[in-house]
Amino acid sequence: MSEDLTYRRPVSTWWWLHKRSYFLFVMRELSSLFVGWLVLYLLLFVRAVFQGEDEYHDFLDRASSGPLLVVNVVAFGFVVLHTVTWFGVTPQAMDLRLRGKKVPKSAVLGAQYVALAVVSGFVYWLVTR
Amino acid sequence: MTDGRIELHVTRYRPDKDTEPGRQEYEVPLREDWTVLDGLNYLKDEVDTTLAFRWSCRMGICGSCGMNVNGEPKLTCATFLSDYAPGPIRVEPLANFPVVRDLVVDLTDFMEKLPTVKPWIIREDDVTEIDGEYLQTPEELDAYKQFSMCINCMLCYAACPVYGLDPDFVGPAAIALAERYDLDSRDHGARERLDVLIEHEGVYGCTFVGECTRVCPKHVDPAGAIQRYKLKAAQQSVKAFLLPALPKGLRQRMDQ
Amino acid sequence: MKRRVEPLVWLTFSGGGVAAAIFMPVLAFLCALAFPLGWVDPPSHDHLLAVVSHPLTRLALLGLFAVMLVHAAHRFRFTLYDGLQVKARLLVATACYGGAMVMTIFAVDVLTT
Repeated sequence: MSEDLTYRRPVSTWWWLHKRSYFLFVMRELSSLFVGWLVLYLLLFVRAVFQGEDEYHDFLDRASSGPLLVVNVVAFGFVVLHTVTWFGVTPQAMDLRLRGKKVPKSAVLGAQYVALAVVSGFVYWLVTR
Repeated sequence: MTDGRIELHVTRYRPDKDTEPGRQEYEVPLREDWTVLDGLNYLKDEVDTTLAFRWSCRMGICGSCGMNVNGEPKLTCATFLSDYAPGPIRVEPLANFPVVRDLVVDLTDFMEKLPTVKPWIIREDDVTEIDGEYLQTPEELDAYKQFSMCINCMLCYAACPVYGLDPDFVGPAAIALAERYDLDSRDHGARERLDVLIEHEGVYGCTFVGECTRVCPKHVDPAGAIQRYKLKAAQQSVKAFLLPALPKGLRQRMDQ
Repeated sequence: MKRRVEPLVWLTFSGGGVAAAIFMPVLAFLCALAFPLGWVDPPSHDHLLAVVSHPLTRLALLGLFAVMLVHAAHRFRFTLYDGLQVKARLLVATACYGGAMVMTIFAVDVLTT
């Protein structure tokens, strides 16, 4: 028999809707788009600050309502998803040993949240003092 | 649990008769201690001798009986009918592989990929006969033991969307096995394997979906092996770019 | 040893992922939500200007934004490959990393005001 009769099953474009774990994965990956958007937003924010007091207040005004606010709310949700999923997979991706003993996964997870708290506290203080 | 019946909807593909796979509905006894494999064997013995499927040890160690059960890659010898009651249960050939016939898939792709990562002890000293054994401490065994548990059942390939979309991807089990040898204290072959796995179809094709680890019946954690390999390869790359002209002895010491 | 740029891009992607995970929540919360909506009193313009004008702030923001952009570009590139099965791989890669480069240049422009 010289003909190849094995059947190759095609993969649907919507493969990621077929399983909950696949869907969460794609949402996690999509967060990258919103991280990129927020970098742009923050640059525009900083630019408004450099441009002067009126521009700064105008910027805050424009960001307080409408489609821009909706996008930012969604973006923030995706940033939270990114942080939670990133912290969640890091322990699996690393084999850390301290003096020969394996560092427990919970310690790696906890350390990241501590770092998040410290950095957030610092930035909040720096900006609002 | 009362002995009733449960429906199995099984993929049938007869290459001489069918242009594409179809589905046939069967009924098997719902015995409390029966697995999906028991159900398939009942069908083949009592109902339809033409049904084709692979199996061997029926106890989760040979890796032959992998199939998609209700869309999830499973070892059918370790998947109980009663967990799916009242059914029906969809039994399909293992995903992401070409179908040869009914539930039998073509694993040639993996068979060709596995040797490319050189899953054997590579020594620099070219010794073929040694005086005694290679000694290894329990800690040294621990370093790679988890990755040596792979039974080549291919459930990880069936679960991996990257492999499904890009058949060139080396895949979870092959990379986990490469890592198993890299971490073995008796082995000196890390550099050779890195040359294969640093390519785009190697470790960097993986986007850490993590499904491979979730479905692995032997808790190998191929996703973890792959991420560790990515970091290892990146560290080597940094060294290669920054310190290209080091004498071989010094580079070897830095690699350890 | 073979020299490939992919591992270094991945390393930067990872660094950007850590940066985004740790710094973006507070920055996004304050600048995109809390200050515009008044949940937290927006800082005075004088104070904010003093903070962002500081060379350390400029450097830190530039570094953070640059790696976050590489992270986003790298991840989005693979989202297009796998999620939408876009076949024009070179085009996607160029668009993604090119976009990140353009944004980084914009960042340099803003932060060297």
